[in-house]
Formats: sequence, structure tokens, C-alpha cells
Amino acid sequence: MSDNLREQLLLLPAYFQGHLMLTLAAISMGVLISVPLGVWAEQSARVKRPLLAVVSIIQTFPSLAILALVVALLGGRIGFLPAFIALTLYSMLPIVRNTVTGLESVSASVIDAAKGIGMSPNQILREVKLPLAMPVIVAGIRTAMVWTVGLATLSTLVGATSFGNYIFTGLQTRNLVAVTVGSLASASLAVSLDGLVASMQWLLEKRSEAADSATLKRIRLSVYGITAIIVCLALYGLIPKPRADFVVAGKPFTEQYIMAGLLAQELEEAGFSVEQRLGMGSAVVYEAIRNGTVDVYVEYTGTVWANFMSRESNPGRQGIRSGVVGFLEEQNVTTVGFTGFQNRYALAMRRDRALELGVTSIEDLIPIAAELSAGSDLEFFGRTEWFRLRDLYNMDFADKLTFDVSLMYTAVAERQVDVISAYTTDGRVAAYDLLLLDDPRNALLAYDAMILASANAAAQPKFMQVLDTLVDSIPDEAMRQANRLVDVNGESITVALEYLRGEMTKN
Amino acid sequence: MIELKNVQKSYDGGATLAVADTSLTIERGEFLGLIGASGCGKTTTLKMINRLEEPSSGEILVNGRNVIDQNPEQLRRNIGYVFQGIGLFPHRTVAENVAAVPQLLQWSAGDIRARCEECMEMVGLPFDEYGDRSPSQLSGGQQQRIGVARALAARPEVVLMDEPFGALDPITRSELQEEFKSIQQNMALTVVMVTHDMTEALLLADRIAVMREGVVLQIGTPKELLNNPSHDYVRDIVAMPRRRAQRLEELMRNE
Repeated sequence: MSDNLREQLLLLPAYFQGHLMLTLAAISMGVLISVPLGVWAEQSARVKRPLLAVVSIIQTFPSLAILALVVALLGGRIGFLPAFIALTLYSMLPIVRNTVTGLESVSASVIDAAKGIGMSPNQILREVKLPLAMPVIVAGIRTAMVWTVGLATLSTLVGATSFGNYIFTGLQTRNLVAVTVGSLASASLAVSLDGLVASMQWLLEKRSEAADSATLKRIRLSVYGITAIIVCLALYGLIPKPRADFVVAGKPFTEQYIMAGLLAQELEEAGFSVEQRLGMGSAVVYEAIRNGTVDVYVEYTGTVWANFMSRESNPGRQGIRSGVVGFLEEQNVTTVGFTGFQNRYALAMRRDRALELGVTSIEDLIPIAAELSAGSDLEFFGRTEWFRLRDLYNMDFADKLTFDVSLMYTAVAERQVDVISAYTTDGRVAAYDLLLLDDPRNALLAYDAMILASANAAAQPKFMQVLDTLVDSIPDEAMRQANRLVDVNGESITVALEYLRGEMTKN
Repeated sequence: MIELKNVQKSYDGGATLAVADTSLTIERGEFLGLIGASGCGKTTTLKMINRLEEPSSGEILVNGRNVIDQNPEQLRRNIGYVFQGIGLFPHRTVAENVAAVPQLLQWSAGDIRARCEECMEMVGLPFDEYGDRSPSQLSGGQQQRIGVARALAARPEVVLMDEPFGALDPITRSELQEEFKSIQQNMALTVVMVTHDMTEALLLADRIAVMREGVVLQIGTPKELLNNPSHDYVRDIVAMPRRRAQRLEELMRNE
């Protein structure tokens, strides 16, 4: 077994537990809310239409948007709760709809008979309509279950543990083993839970059969056994674990996984216990450090400047630094210090293509840009930096395409686009022999990496002492090589981290 | 005994009457047939007796008590009902179906079991053989036998029947008709049966009420209806069974 696979499988119990608890909690809550709502809707036409409309609309929202909205509504709270609420909302449509359909499909003559022999409306519901609608309701629960297991992978982005940790880390660090393990685990969980519910339903239908065969008894025993084990596993997660001293977080790309690993290692070596929340969305992790659910992570000055301060100007590297530090102070976030490297955007071309066109700086692009195609990550062309670049140089590209980051580099390497918005510390810049173009008119922002700490953590002198050793310790080149080990050579984060620590100029 | 006193029913606040000013008395142990075309008000009249419908005006007394003063569920549990669509509960066994009303009345398990055996025996489907089956495993005729057993399980004095044999094939139908008639006579049941089949009414009922457009045109014994129809409509609806009977008689004579 390869080291990589072994490393991934070691993570399985924790991810499985997180994923299972999240799914079961959301489905249980979904059933508790949706079945009564479905019953209510079936009895009142006035409720039915609006209710079905609302649950259908929830379903049409992109799942990521729901997660982000729930986080925002909870005042930036991350982790289990927002993921649980979003998944519960998502599970509602199939259960509500099938409850209504199931109840409506009970034959009128059976209901008339129940009424005619003297059953009360409650008895008709409990003893006739619900049992007869049960197969349809259970089918809805099974649909919701399979959806929820799949969607739970997204909860990684709001800081809840799930198989999504495998998938997002794997996608960003080009670790296909991790992606495969995560996807297979999620799919197997969906199939197993679905099968379990199906067999419980089958047993319920067999309940009235007088002759209990030995086989039936065995099946019943094993289904109950498995159910009990799964519920225990899920409940185990509810036992409060001793809270780690500090929560280290990171965004979903290679450099962030390496830096989060570095922060965690340094703190652990100093005797602290550390919990890692990796692969979180940029706005989510920033909100989390403000409210103290995250204690420390690595941020970039340009991101704070453009995204959180909404500034459109570019006062230069030092100007941004001091502006950002002051702003963060007001936000109750402590800037421990700058790490020494900068990971900013730069326009980049294949070296041979640049030579061929005689380009070394963005100014050289001005006369030919209208004939070139450009690729970017998912956000660059939507950022104010791009608008400023476009205006300052007064140029635009013929085509502007957006890609997943790995595909963006592949696209320029294979000449499908001429120019990309590269990251300056990305290992692939060197690996694909890309030329970073000069920016004489200062359109692009500086992105100095800096260590941010929550107010609570910053108040502890020993914590600050440990992190101070990391200030100004990582040159651009060291970070670029560490990233390259993962992104180009396919090494694990652990290997890159070891390399980086060897290259660090410790204070 | 069932009494209807000036009962009216309108579904549109009085603009049209589904049942218009009807008074009827059904004696204890009597079998009354309610006959008429679709929409004549016969089923509405039947359903008002156990409050599946409520009269717009007038009074209905069952054993001397106004039905409006009684809890509708309690009232229905004390009146047997055989349904047009049979209406057995498909998720329950045959025995559980028969036990439905005694269960609602919270009889003891032993009493329920004994009564189920008795009723199923009475309709010719022994408990030991049929009790654990699901209704879907029975033929249409067997299902309606269970429908009758369910209606009789709680020992009601009054049984209402809404076209109970309409969906059955002719042979099964006449078997069940005869069996039910003898059960009714043995137990001295008071029965009101809605039907649109005049032959069925003539053969089973002690008296027949002919309804048209919400009004009882004539009420009398089969003999009175056959010999002295008071309306053309009554004459018309007894004409067909009469012609058939005559034709059959001729056929047998010519043999």
C-alpha cells in the first residue's frame, strides 16, 4: 500500500464519523419536520401550494449558496450547525412531496369505510392513511438520504468534517487518491444507508406475517444490529471532545494546506493541542477568525484590501500593508506578522510564446491584446484588480475564459490560451516555464502572506511567541518549491511541509 | 327503530333539495329498500342516518335518540355499515378487518377473537383458514362477505347498506343476497339498503321506498308496489322485473 493511500485511510474514521453524524442528524430532523408538514399540507389546500412552492424553491438554490446563506444568517458561525441546517432544508422536498402524494393516493373508498365504521379523523390518519402512505413516504426519505449523503461533502467548505475533506483537499492538491477515497466512501455510505432503510421497510411490511421463519428472524436481528451500530457511531460524535487549545484553519488550495500544516506543527511542538479546519471558503474563514471560532490562519493583504475592505485603489505594497493591519485591528483581529513571501496575481505566458511576440511586460500586450485569449481562475476577471488593469493599460482580450486552477495552467501550457492570471508562488509557474509579466503601471495588488490570530488567541503570550518565529521566515522561492512538490511532483502535503521547514530562515 | 321526521338536505343553502321533506319509519327488525336512479337522494338519506351527512332540517331518531345529539363516531360504531366499494383495509389481515369496530369499542382481546371467529363462520369464511390472509388474496365475493362480517362484528341492531352487492357477478350476488337475508331474519336486524336494482329490492326488502329527485314517491311492500303503483315512475321501474318473471314463468310452462 502506498504511503499516500495509508495517509488517506488514517483520516477515514474521523471523516466517516463526521459525515455520518451530519447526514443522520439532518435526515432525522428533515423527517421530523417534513412528515408533519406533509400531513398538514394534505389536509389543507391553502397550506399545500405555498408549502410545496417554498420547499421546491429551496431545492433550486445552489447548495453552496444555501450553505453560505445559513452561515451568514448565523452571524458567521461555522462547523456542524450551519451544515446541519442547510442539509435539513435540502432534505425536505422529497419527504414533504412524497408524504402529500402518499396520503392523497390512499383510495377514497377505504377512507369512507374508515369514517363509516366510526374512526375519528385522528384514527383515520394514524391507522389508515399513514400506514397506507408509508411505502411512498419511505421512498421519499430514501431519496432525501441519498441526496444528503452526497451534499454533505460540501459542508467541508463551512468547516464541518465530512468526506468532502478528502475531495476538496484532493482536488486542490491534485491528490487523486484522496479524491477517489472520498468519493467511494461517500457513495458507499449512500448505498448502505439506502439499503438499510429499504430493509427496515421490508421488515415492517413482513411484520403481519404470522409465520416467522428462522431466516426472517436472522435478517431482522442483523438489520436491527447494524442500525444500532450506526446510530451509536453517529451519537459518539455528540460526546463533547476536549476542545483543542487552538483551531488552525486554511482555504482550499495547496499553499494554504501547507501553511495550515506548518502552523499546526509549530503549535503542537510547543505543547498545544490543535484542531485543523481545512479547505474553508475565504469569506467564511475570515468571518470565523473575527468571531473566534478559528484562532489562526494565513491570509493575504490584497484579499483583505479588495474583498473585505472593498478598496478599489492601489496604494502600493507598503500602503496596503499598513492599511490592512489597521483595518484588521478595528475588526478585532491581530496581525501576528508577515511570513516573508508574497502570493499575488501576475499575468503569465509561456516563455516561448512571449519571446515570439516580444512581450516582457503588460505594456507590451497593449497593441496585441485584442487578438489574444486569456484564462483565469474562477474569480480574477470579476475582481476590481482586473478592471483596474484593463483601464490602466486600456486593453482587453479577445476571449476571457475561467478555469479551475489546475486546468488554467494546463490550458496555457498546451497553448489553448495565451495569457493567464498566475499566482506568483505557484510551483507550476516554474514547472511549465511561464514568464511572469512586469506590471509597470501597478495595476495588480500586493498579496503579502500574513498570520492572523483571533483576539482570544493573541492574548496568550506563549502562542504569540511560537508564531513570532514564523515571521519573515519563508522566502518566495521556498514557498514556490514547496507548492511545486505537491502540484507538479505529486508529493503529499507532509513531504512539502518537511521541505519547507528545511528551507525556512528561522528567527 | 329508525324515524325520519321532515328531513331535508340541501348542499347549496336551500336553492335545490337533494332530499325534500322526507318522513319514514323503519320498524325494529324490518328490512327497508331505498330505490331510485342515480342522484335521487337515496344514498344521502342513508348517510344521514349515521351522520356521514347532516340533515339541513328535520330530525332523525335511532332507537328514540336524535342522532344530532350523539357523538358521530360513537353513533357510527353502533350502526353496521356495508360499503359499495367494500372498503376493506388493504394493510390489515382479514381478521383485523373484521375486528375493526370491536377494537374501536375497546373490547377485550379474547372477546374480539371469539366474535371474529363467530362472524367469519357466519359468512362462510372460517377464521382458521382465512383470518391471516390479506384482503387482496380474496375474491370479490369473499371480500364482501368479510365486509358483511365487519358490519356485524359489534352486534349492531341497525345495519346500513350502500349498494352492497352491486359490484359482484350475478351468481355470487344472488348467493350473498340469500345468505344475508337469512342472517338478517335470524338476528332480527333493522336494515336500510340502498340499491338501484329493483329485483334485488323486491326479493330482499320487507318494504320499499321509491325515490325520485329527493322525494319518496311511494313506500310499500313489494306486493303493493307490484300491484298498486301510485305513480307512473313506480309502475315503470317495477315493469321490468315483472316482465322478466312472466317471461321466465312462460319458459318453464312450455317445458
